[in-house]
Amino acid sequence: MDRLDQLESQSIYIFREAFNRIENIAMLWSLGKDSNVMIWLARKAFFGHVPFPVMHVDTGKKFPEMYAFRDRYADEWGLKFLREECPPIEEVDQSLPPAARSAARKTAGLKKAIEKYQFNALFAGIRRDEEATRAKERVFSPRGQGGQWDFRDQPPEFWDQYKTDFPPGTHIRVHPLLHWTEVDIWAYTQREQIPTIDLYFAKDGKRYRSLGDKDITFPVDSTATTIPEIIEELRTTKISERSGRAMDHESEDAFERLRADGYL
Amino acid sequence: MGETNVKLASINPDAQKARDLLRIVIVGHVDHGKSTLVGRLFHDTGSLPDGKYESIKAMCERRGVPFEYAFLMDALQAERDQGITIDTSQIWFKTEARDYTIIDAPGHKEFLKNMITGAAQSDAALLIIDAAEGVREQSRRHGYLLHLMGVRQVAVAVNKMDLVGYEQEQFDLIEEEYRDYLRSIGVEPTFVIPVSAREGDNIANGSKSMPWYKGPTVVKALDSFLPNAPLVDQSLRFPVQDVYKFDQRRIIAGRIESGSLKVGDKLVFSPSNKTAKVQSIESWSARDDFTPPTEAVAGESIGITLDEQIFVERGELISHEEDAPIETEVFRARLFWLGHDPLTAGKSYKLKLGTFETPVTVQKVDRIIDTSDLSNSESEQVERNQVAEVTIRARRMLALDEFTNNGRTGRFVLVDNYDIAGGGIISMEGYADQRSMIMATKSTNITRVEHGVSIEERARRNGHKGGVLWFTGLSGAGKSTLAVALEKLLFEKGYSSYVLDGDNVRHGLNANLGFSPEDRAENIRRVGETAALFQRAGMLAITSFISPYRSDRDRARAAAGDSFHEIYVKADVETCKQRDPKGLYKKAIAGEIKEFTGISAPYEEPDSPNLVIDTAETPLEECLEILINYVERNFRV
Ligand SMILES: Nc1nc2c(ncn2[C@@H]2O[C@H](COP(=O)(O)OP(=O)(O)OP(=O)(O)O)[C@@H](O)[C@H]2O)c(=O)[nH]1
Ligand SMILES: [Mg+2]
Repeated sequence: MDRLDQLESQSIYIFREAFNRIENIAMLWSLGKDSNVMIWLARKAFFGHVPFPVMHVDTGKKFPEMYAFRDRYADEWGLKFLREECPPIEEVDQSLPPAARSAARKTAGLKKAIEKYQFNALFAGIRRDEEATRAKERVFSPRGQGGQWDFRDQPPEFWDQYKTDFPPGTHIRVHPLLHWTEVDIWAYTQREQIPTIDLYFAKDGKRYRSLGDKDITFPVDSTATTIPEIIEELRTTKISERSGRAMDHESEDAFERLRADGYL
Repeated sequence: MGETNVKLASINPDAQKARDLLRIVIVGHVDHGKSTLVGRLFHDTGSLPDGKYESIKAMCERRGVPFEYAFLMDALQAERDQGITIDTSQIWFKTEARDYTIIDAPGHKEFLKNMITGAAQSDAALLIIDAAEGVREQSRRHGYLLHLMGVRQVAVAVNKMDLVGYEQEQFDLIEEEYRDYLRSIGVEPTFVIPVSAREGDNIANGSKSMPWYKGPTVVKALDSFLPNAPLVDQSLRFPVQDVYKFDQRRIIAGRIESGSLKVGDKLVFSPSNKTAKVQSIESWSARDDFTPPTEAVAGESIGITLDEQIFVERGELISHEEDAPIETEVFRARLFWLGHDPLTAGKSYKLKLGTFETPVTVQKVDRIIDTSDLSNSESEQVERNQVAEVTIRARRMLALDEFTNNGRTGRFVLVDNYDIAGGGIISMEGYADQRSMIMATKSTNITRVEHGVSIEERARRNGHKGGVLWFTGLSGAGKSTLAVALEKLLFEKGYSSYVLDGDNVRHGLNANLGFSPEDRAENIRRVGETAALFQRAGMLAITSFISPYRSDRDRARAAAGDSFHEIYVKADVETCKQRDPKGLYKKAIAGEIKEFTGISAPYEEPDSPNLVIDTAETPLEECLEILINYVERNFRV
C-alpha cells in the first residue's frame, strides 16, 4: 500500500465507523476539491453508494462555475442532495469585519440546517494542514448545542477508537480527511480522475487554491494549468493555502473565534 | 458555464510518486521545550510559510515577550497567553529523505489525554528533557506510556543546553539517568542528542558550542527511524465493522488489521465460531478497466461476500481456522486511566475491543505501577493518569490476542459513561484460551442413547438423589480433608458417593495433560464431565480441585445442571500459607513453582456458591456437620 492507499483506507474506516455508530448523519459539500474527494471516498466506503444526504449550505455567493459543477455531479453521482440557504447578510452581527461576517452567516446557515433536519452529525472535509486550530481537531469532534467547539477539553482519541457515546443533544462533526494534506488531495484527485472545477487551474497567471465566497476569496500567482503542475508548485511554495481567504487574517485569533463558534 | 474537465497530462512522473510518510511525536515534561523545538526545526530547515516568522514576531511583541518559536504550534490564544501547550497538534514537514507528520504533544500532567491522543498516532518519538531541570515525572511517564502503546523507536533530545553552558558533564549525567530508566522498561533509544532549541544547536545544523558531541542532529536522527509497516506477515485478523446490503450483495465490511486473505479462503468468525468461504472481494472504482481484487492485505479497508449466508454482525473477528484468536471471558491488562472518576474494582464499563463493544466488570485491580520508579502498590482504585494491571471480565465470550502477539487486536479502550476513559494492552497470563473447550464437541452425528432406568427410579432405589458437590478453594484450604471425611460419613449413612481428587485423576484419565493454562482448563473440564456421569448414575460425586477460574467451574456446572452444588471451602491465603501441608507455598514464594494459585496466579472467588465452609474460622468437626446437614437436606428422598 502506498501513501494514498493508506490515507484512503483510513478515511473509509472513519466513514464506516460514523455511519455505523451515529444515526441521522449528513455530509457537507462545499463543492471544492476537498469535499469532492470526500464524496469519492464515501462512494468507496459504501461500494458506489452515498447512503446519507449530501448538503450544500449555500451563501448564494459562489462562483457560477461552482454551481454548474454542483448541479451536474449531484445528479451524475446519484447523491441525495440538499441545498440549504444562509440567512440574509443583514441578519448577521453588523459589528463584525466583512469576511468574519460572511463566515458568521455561513455558520448561521449551518445551524439552521442542522436544526431543520435534526442531524446528529455532519461529515466535514477539513484537514489539519490547512490551519493551526484545525491541526488540533479530533476525527470525531463533539459540539455543543449551538455547534460550539470546546477546544480546551477535547476527548482523547487513540487506536482508531473514536468517541461514539454522547449525551442526548450533542452534535458531532466527523472529519474523514483530517489526516490528508493539500498535496495528497491533488495527488488523489489525479490518481482517481475526480472531476474538478476549472478555477483551480491558472488563467492569466493566477489560480484559486481554495474556493470560498466570490467576494472574500482571492486567487494566487500561479502558472499551474494541470494537476501535476499544481503538485509541483505546492511542493516548493511557501505560501499558505488559506492566504487567499480574507476571514483568516482580520486579527490573530479571528479564525479561532469563528471555529469556537461553530464554523468549520 | 465552467468546464469541468480534468487535466491529466503528466509532466513529471517522479513528482507524482507519493513520498514515504513517517509520523513523529514530540513528548516530555512540561516546559522542557517541545513546541519550541518543532518551531525551530521548521525555521532551520526553511519550512516556515512566508510571513510566519514575522507574524510570530508581531504576536510576541504584542504580548511583550521574547520571540517564541513555540507559537508556531501553540495556536490557541489560551496556549500563547499562558505559554503552555493544551492540545496536541500536527504539522507537515519534509527532509530530503521523506515526509514527516510532526505531532506536538502537551507535557502538562493535566493534559495527558491529549498527549496520548498524539502519541498513539506516531511511528516514532522524540523525547525532550530540559538540561537544567533534568529527568522529571512526565519524562518518565511519557517514556513508559510510549512503550506501553507500542511505540518502539525513541530518540532523546537533552534541550536548553545553553542554560548549562553547553557542558558535557551535565549532559552525560542526564543521558545516563534516562538511559537507565528506559532500559528498565525495555527501551533502547537510538540517539541521545544535546540540543538548544532556542539557539538552534543540533536541530537541523550542528553545534559550534558543543564540539564534544559527535552524534547526529535531530533531523538526522529522525531520518534514521524506520516506517512501521502494516502487519502483513502475521495471522489474519479482520474485525467486522459493518454488514451492508445496499444492493443484491451482502457485503461484510472492515479493515484487515493483520495478515491477508484471498478469494476461496475458509474463514472463522470469532466468537460465534461460524465458518464460511470468501466468495468475492468487493470494491468500488469509477474506472472502466477495473478488475476486482482477489487478494487483500493488512491495512486495507475492504468488503467481502461469503459463499454461505451465515448471520454475522459487527464486532466479530475474522481469521483463518488454523490460527484463530483467543476466546475468553476474562483477561489481564496493563492500562492507563484518563477518566475523571477513578477506575474501581467491581465497577462496570463498556469495553471497546476493535469493533466489538460489550459491558465488562473490573474483577480486580492487581497492582498500581508507579511510572517514576516502577514500584508497585495495591489499591482498589486506579486514579486519573495512573498506570495499573487489572483483571477484566465480560459477560460473554470475547475474541482477542495478547498484545505481544498482535499489537492491533491485543489492545482495547474502556468507556465510562460517555467518555473514553482508559486504554490498555492485553495479557492472558494465568488464564486459558477457551477456544479448544468451546470447540470440544468435535464428533458430529452423535445421538444420545435413552436409558432403560430413569433418574427417579435410581433415586428411589438408592434413597438419595445423585449430585455433584464441587469443592473449590485455595491449596491448603482443606478441600481434600473434608472431601474424604465426608465420603466416609456418607458411606456410613448409606449414601453412594465417590471422591474425585486432583492427583488421582492426573494418573489416569488426565495423564496426558500438563500444567499449561489450557491443560489445566481441560483437566477441570474432564473432571466436570466425569462428575456429571457419576451424578447421572445416581451417585454423589465429591470433587476436590482448586478450580480457581469461574469459566472452568461454569462449564462443570453446565455439565451437571441443577444437581451441581458449588461449595466454597474458604480460607485466606495467610492461613493456607501457614498450614502449607505439602510445602508448596514455600516453593511458590521462592519462585520454584510458577503460576501458583494465590501467590502468582489468580483465585477467582465464587460469585454465589451454594455453600461456604470457612475453615479458617470453623473447626473440622463443625464443618463436617454443616456438610452432612446440607447433603441430607438436599439429596435425601
Ligand atoms: N534557554 C532556552 N530556553 C528554551 C529552549 N527551548 C525552549 N525554551 C523555553 O522554554 C519555555 C517552554 O518552551 P515550550 O516549547 O513551550 O515547552 P513545551 O515543552 O512545548 O511545553 P508544554 O507543551 O506546555 O509541555 C519557553 O519559554 C521557551 O522559550 C532552549 O533551548 N533554551
Ligand atoms: Mg508545547
